[in-house]
Amino acid sequence: MAIDFLYPEYEVVRNMDRCISCRACERQCANEVHKYDPDFGYMTADESKCVNCHRCVSLCPTRALKIVKTDHTFKENANWTGKAISEVYRQAGTGGVLLSSMGNPEPFPIYWDKILINASQVTNPSIDPLREPMETKTFLGKKPGHIERDENGHIVPNMTPQLELNVPIMFSAMSYGSISYNAHASLARAAVELGTYYNTGEGGLHEDFYQYGPHTIVQVASGRFGVHKDYLEAGAAIEIKMGQGAKPGIGGHLPGLKVGPDISKTRMIPEGTDAISPAPHHDIYSIEDLRQLVFSLKEATEYKKPVMVKIAAVHNVAAIASGVARSGADVICIDGYRGGTGAAPTRIRDNVGIPIELALAAVDQRLRDEGIRDQVSVVVGGSIRNSADLLKAIALGADACYIATSALLALGCHLCRTCQSGKCNWGIATQRPELVKRLNPDIGSQRLVNLVTAWDHELKEMMGGMGINSIEALRGNRLMLRGLGLNEKELEILGIKHAGE
Amino acid sequence: MNYVIIGNGTAAVGVIEGIRVVDKTSPITVISSEPYPVYGRPLISYLLLGKTTEEKMVQYRPASFYEDNGVTAMLGKTVSQIDSAAKTVALESGETVPYDKLCVCTGSRPFVPPMNGLDEVANKTSFMTLDDAKHLDTMLGDANDKRVLIVGAGLIGLKCAEGIYQRVSEVTVIDLAPRILPNVLTEKPASIIQKHIESKGVKFLLADSVEQFTADSATLKSGKTVGFDILVVAVGVRPNTELAAEAGCAVNRGILINDHSATTVADIYAAGDCTVSHDIAAETDRILAILPNAYMQGETAGMNMAGGDRGFNKAIPMNASGFMGLHMITAGSYEGEEYLTEEDGNYKLLVTKDDHLKGFILIGEVDRAGIYTSLIREQVPLSSIDFDLIREKPQLMAFSRAERAKQLGGAH
Amino acid sequence: MKRVYVNEKWCLGCHLCEYYCAFANSGKSSMVKALRDHKIAPRIKIEERNNISFAVSCRHCEDPLCVKGCISGALTIESGAVHIDSDKCVGCYTCILSCPYGALSAGDTGAIQKCELCQKNSHGQPMCVEGCPNKAIVYEER
Repeated sequence: MAIDFLYPEYEVVRNMDRCISCRACERQCANEVHKYDPDFGYMTADESKCVNCHRCVSLCPTRALKIVKTDHTFKENANWTGKAISEVYRQAGTGGVLLSSMGNPEPFPIYWDKILINASQVTNPSIDPLREPMETKTFLGKKPGHIERDENGHIVPNMTPQLELNVPIMFSAMSYGSISYNAHASLARAAVELGTYYNTGEGGLHEDFYQYGPHTIVQVASGRFGVHKDYLEAGAAIEIKMGQGAKPGIGGHLPGLKVGPDISKTRMIPEGTDAISPAPHHDIYSIEDLRQLVFSLKEATEYKKPVMVKIAAVHNVAAIASGVARSGADVICIDGYRGGTGAAPTRIRDNVGIPIELALAAVDQRLRDEGIRDQVSVVVGGSIRNSADLLKAIALGADACYIATSALLALGCHLCRTCQSGKCNWGIATQRPELVKRLNPDIGSQRLVNLVTAWDHELKEMMGGMGINSIEALRGNRLMLRGLGLNEKELEILGIKHAGE
Repeated sequence: MNYVIIGNGTAAVGVIEGIRVVDKTSPITVISSEPYPVYGRPLISYLLLGKTTEEKMVQYRPASFYEDNGVTAMLGKTVSQIDSAAKTVALESGETVPYDKLCVCTGSRPFVPPMNGLDEVANKTSFMTLDDAKHLDTMLGDANDKRVLIVGAGLIGLKCAEGIYQRVSEVTVIDLAPRILPNVLTEKPASIIQKHIESKGVKFLLADSVEQFTADSATLKSGKTVGFDILVVAVGVRPNTELAAEAGCAVNRGILINDHSATTVADIYAAGDCTVSHDIAAETDRILAILPNAYMQGETAGMNMAGGDRGFNKAIPMNASGFMGLHMITAGSYEGEEYLTEEDGNYKLLVTKDDHLKGFILIGEVDRAGIYTSLIREQVPLSSIDFDLIREKPQLMAFSRAERAKQLGGAH
Repeated sequence: MKRVYVNEKWCLGCHLCEYYCAFANSGKSSMVKALRDHKIAPRIKIEERNNISFAVSCRHCEDPLCVKGCISGALTIESGAVHIDSDKCVGCYTCILSCPYGALSAGDTGAIQKCELCQKNSHGQPMCVEGCPNKAIVYEER
């Protein structure tokens, strides 16, 4: 047997005083960590298989389990960390690209946590959202720059198609394939109940979910999987995916193993084949090309639906966004470098792109400077973790936010970041039927509704405290924000003052 | 409406509860020769065994049962005649009770065949009623020194043996048939049960019969002689059909009833061990003297007497019994294709015919046997289920997903 | 009447319902006390095969064959729920013979045991339902 250079990352700690050997851990672990040993008469564990997803911990009826990080260690080295060393071992063993999932976990600055929110005192009244109306409804789409009247002076409607959001939160794109049928069902049903939207990702729309069409954003991506006339017509809006925050500049790859009959039908590809989304759209090499696709899609849907363009937050995002705004898109979606993924090369996930906070501030400012901010709505995603992040994003200029990681957490995800294995113990990032059934959409959709409703309450509380009673008055209101521990350049890009100023 | 029930066993309870589903108020009169409130007859062996008490036995229904249901219980009174024209019943005591609807639940009585010298035996009893059990109990005393001879290796005889085997110096069971439980079991399972009972010290003399009794011994056809202190005659039972027959009801071995428990005479119903049932497993008419059947027939009678419309056409022979720790569950008939499994001391025989389960015998492992019973009773086509799974063990897994959803997802 | 209903679509075969049942009926104050080093004999039982699994417990039939066939009167219906008086039960197994769902089983004491919807134990509400992580077992009016 070859030398195993890798020591397991986690340890399974079982409190034998509490374990009743019910074997729920064993039955619920798709990684086969736990095992009942009939000779010993107790449970044992092979921690080398543990991904730290907490399924066993959560289901243990006597709370006899916990997973801890191993204290096994390499000789201390600030440069050659244990992680760095282990990755070398892994690649030396396999010769392969390191794969990861979910968002960038590296300790880069989180600007949300360096921004503080204002509140009213004395000179301007705060508002109690329990007693006074507080509007968190918003509309996405191009806003007309002028009022048109006919010869009799009556207003001529010149509003282009809009998306109506009861809360400024949407569920961002996750394809059927990367996540399960039940995860999709949960998102779709929650979107309907909340009066917002979920996004198909580039996996097409399962026929069962056409009923949720009025709350669905259908995506068109570089692989064009699952795109056809009915699909485009089913959605409330169409999103062209140019990039993704977790892996800017590269495409996607759904292994053939996950392409079962249902996914094959939905994506319109043969069963068992790899679904490869190219890095670029091969018909889009310029803003002019993008404009062609935008209008092709509008033409195909008789100009009844807003068209959104999603890009990853990269270095010159402001200029790109300006181009996108001019391409005829109704909404620009920007995905920050902490955005999640079902699978991405680790190096790309952890090193490519820029923080959404900086990208958003830059884009909003650029569009204002160019006088075209009203021509597009701006939606941001890429790690909105709570209602404070949401509020700060809106104050930095966003019309609404996309959430995905938060939504998956609500569904049970424990951010073990092993989606790429296809053995998600929570029934989310898997296509194995016995695992998929672990996510009951009755429970899942309710938890999503709970989460978003809670955030909406908090958002209203914070807005009330600032004396603001509508999203419209909060949007781009950077005076409501202050930085803490940020340098001049960062404050300049964010367009906010330092705390105390 | 005036309801009268002759008899006070399980069938009578079924009638009362059946009537009260439909008619909450009209008076009900129960007339019974036995002085006790209703009790489960099969409990008498458990009484001797010490698993129950007389006090618990008569709580087959709560003490307030008759009062709660508006029933006048004339206990210790025997009916001498039914006048179906006048719609009255006459009691031996001289009283006359009028009825609008009558149900005959007279049950059965022990059959005692003529046996030479039987009159010589002083310490003898049948084993059918609470009084029989009490009589036997008295005869046994506390000394554990009696020798008991039981004539009849059927269910009654063997349950009696189980009830007393720890309280005697010797139990011998004799039967004319070559195997025990001849009406319930086939040869192989009978021998399994026999071995088990023998291991507990009970002796069997099979394919033999008593030629001559003296006061404390029996000389057998085979020439053997068996001494005893107490004799239990458990050869069989005969339905009490006389009252119904004299009232004009059609009777052969038992009282004939239709699926509404009605006899051939207007306003006279019958239920329980005194009737002939249609056995849907064997597709024959026969007497099915079993408690659940008595209740179902009684309940059916009651509901129909009160103006309801209820049919009962799912009667099959079935039996759950245990002998000294070994459990046995059987149902249906045993003519057809046999599927036998014998492992780890457990015996399982399934019998199928024309795409239906017709009967089964389980000894030892009897868990969830009702799933098998239900297949027979509901006449489920075996082609609609996974028979391999059903053969393996009784399980709902053998049904289709849709059928299971119905079974586990709805109220029944 | 509220009953326990099973939807096998969501059953994970985790068997937790069985353990919660055994605990609820143990009379003990904690699950560990009740079940550590114990082989459980629950009143709800999982059937499983390949990737199909589902729980089976008493359906509390409106027309219960077990009650009608009970030779001792130990099985009764109280407000729609089928209850067992283990003191009266002599362990004849006629109910096992009768129940189409196989929902009654032999208990440790010789008497039959069955689901009583946790109405007779200190819990008061069906604990299998509470312990089910995926709403495969629900307690509701249908």
